[in-house]
Amino acid sequence: MAVCTGCSLLCEDIELTLKTGAISQVKNLCRKGHGHFQALFTERIVPKIDGQEVSVDQAITKAVDILRNAKHPLLYGWSNSALEAQRVGIDLGKKLGATIDDTSSFCQGILMELVLTGKLPTCTLDDVRNFADTSVFWGADPSNSHPRLLSRFAYYPRGSKRQKSYEEERNCLVVDVRKSATAKLCSNYFRVPPGGDADFIASVIDVLDGKIPKYGDKKRMIDLGTILRKTEYGVIFPGVGLVYALQDKIELLKTLVAKLNEITTFKVVPMVEHYNMRGFNQLLLDDSGSINRVSFHSGQVTHGPENSIMAAAKICDAALVIGSDPLSSLPFGTAKSLAGVSLIAIDPRRSLTTDAAQVVIPSAMYGLEAGGSAIRMDGVRIEFEPIVKSDLLSDEQILARIKEEI
Amino acid sequence: MVGAMEIYKLLPTDACKECGYSSCMALAVALLNREKKLEDCPALLNPKYADKFKKLKELLAPLEKASETGLIIHPEKCFGCGNCVVACPVNVAAEPTRCGIGLGPQGDRVILAVEDGVVKCMNVKECRRFGPNKVMCNACTVTCPSKAIEFV
Ligand code: SF4
Ligand code: SF4
Ligand code: SF4
Repeated sequence: MAVCTGCSLLCEDIELTLKTGAISQVKNLCRKGHGHFQALFTERIVPKIDGQEVSVDQAITKAVDILRNAKHPLLYGWSNSALEAQRVGIDLGKKLGATIDDTSSFCQGILMELVLTGKLPTCTLDDVRNFADTSVFWGADPSNSHPRLLSRFAYYPRGSKRQKSYEEERNCLVVDVRKSATAKLCSNYFRVPPGGDADFIASVIDVLDGKIPKYGDKKRMIDLGTILRKTEYGVIFPGVGLVYALQDKIELLKTLVAKLNEITTFKVVPMVEHYNMRGFNQLLLDDSGSINRVSFHSGQVTHGPENSIMAAAKICDAALVIGSDPLSSLPFGTAKSLAGVSLIAIDPRRSLTTDAAQVVIPSAMYGLEAGGSAIRMDGVRIEFEPIVKSDLLSDEQILARIKEEI
Repeated sequence: MVGAMEIYKLLPTDACKECGYSSCMALAVALLNREKKLEDCPALLNPKYADKFKKLKELLAPLEKASETGLIIHPEKCFGCGNCVVACPVNVAAEPTRCGIGLGPQGDRVILAVEDGVVKCMNVKECRRFGPNKVMCNACTVTCPSKAIEFV
C-alpha cells in the first residue's frame, strides 16, 4: 500500500503495480493523485548551478556557500515536504539566524492558528465519518481540491453512528459564491455574494438567536437554522474562499462556532491543501510559539507580519525554497522579488521556481521514493514508506547535509 | 440522454406493426432499451426514410457503448473521487469493511472501482438494474460530481 501525497487527505489505500520506469496500474488513487504520481516520470530535474548541469554535491556546496554568506536568508515553502525534513529545516533556520515561513502565511494561516492553539474546537476525519450528521463546506470545493473527502469521510461512507449515511442520516451543506461540483451534490446549497460571508455569518447567528436575519433569503436562512439546531454532531470545513473573505474578521467564525456549541456539538477542520502544511505549522508552533512568520535573526525568536513571505521576499538576500512553487503561486510582486535574489530550489520536479533558481537540487518524491511522515488536514499523523527505489536524496537528507556543512 | 419521444419522431409512424409491436412508440421504447435494432423496422429500410435512418443511427450510437444495465461511463469527465464506489449498495455488500467505510475495494466482486485515476465498471450482472427483478437504483449516478456516469 502506498500513501498519496497529492493533497492533505494522505489516502493510505493506494495499490500500485510498477513496471520499470512507469506505474502500470494503480487502484483507488483519484485523478488528482494519479496526476501527482505520474509526474514522477515526467518533469524531473537535474542538479544545476546558473543553468549548468552539475553534480548534487556541487549544488549542495553552492547552496551552503550562498546561505553562509547571506545576511538575511529566507527559508520558505515546506508544505509539500515530510515532517522529518521540516524538523531539520527549522533547525537550519536557527543555525543561520534565518527567517522561516510557509505557504499558510498567505492562505489558511489565520484559521490554522485558531485550530492549533485550541481556540476553535476540532476533530479527526474518522470522527467525521463515525459521528457527523452535518458537514458544512464553506468557500471550499472538495470535489476538486480533495476529491475523496466526501467518499472517505464527510458524506457517503457508513460510520459507527451513521450506518444510514447520506441516504438518511447526513446533511452536506455548501456555502459558496458559485455552484461548484460539490454544491451540485450537497443536500443544501447557499450562495453568498463575493465578500458576503461576514453578513452570512451574522444572519446565521441571528436565526440561531431566534431573530429575523438581516441578510439573505429569510426563509432559507430560517431553514438553515433549523438544520443546524437539529444537528447532533456538525463539522465546518472552511476553505481558502472563506478565509480570504473574512481575513481580519475571522473572529466572526469563532463567534458562530461558539454559538453553535451552545446548542449542539460543532467542530472545525480546515481544508488544508498541501499535504503537510499542518505538520509544519504544528512543528513551528511547538518550537517557537508561532505557526509561521518566524525570524531567528541574531539568535532572537520574533514573530510577525514583517517575517511573512510577502515582506521577507523584499528584504532577503538569499532564499531557499522547498516543497512549494512560490513563483507560480505568490502575487507577482513577491514572486519578482524572490526571483531577484540568490535562489536555491529543492524539489522533486520542475516548476517555475526551479526554472528561475540559481541552484537547483532535485529530491526524491515523498510517498513514492522516500519514506517519512506527515500530518493530515485533521491533525492525524500518517507514516509512509518508499515504494520505488531511487538514488535521489530526500528533502531531509539534503537539508541535513546543508546544515552540517554550514 | 436520448428520450423515447425523440426516437419516435424519426420513425415512420405509420404503425405497420411489422416489427412485432403494436405502435411505433413501443418500438421507440424497445430501441431505447436496446431490445430491438433499427433494422427490425422494415419500413425504415425504405430509401425514402434514408435520412431518418441516418439520424436515428447517430442518435442511438451512444447507447451502443452502454453496458447491459444501460450504464455509460465517460472516463474523461471522472474525478476518481470514489463517491460512486462507496455509494453503490452492491459494492458495500461485497466489501462492508472497505467500501462501506469509504475505502477503495480490494476484491473483484464489486461493480465500480477507481483504477488509474478513473472509474471502472465490472460485474455488471450484479447491478441492481440488471435482469428481470431490476430496481431503479441510481446511487452511483446521483453521487457523481461530474456526470461521468449515466444511465441510458
Ligand atoms: S484525495 Fe488527495 S490524497 Fe487521496 S488520492 Fe486524491 S489526491 Fe491523493
Ligand atoms: S445502479 Fe446501483 S447497483 Fe448498479 S452500479 Fe449503480 S449504484 Fe451500483
Ligand atoms: S464516476 Fe463520478 S462518482 Fe464515480 S469516481 Fe468518477 S467522478 Fe467520482
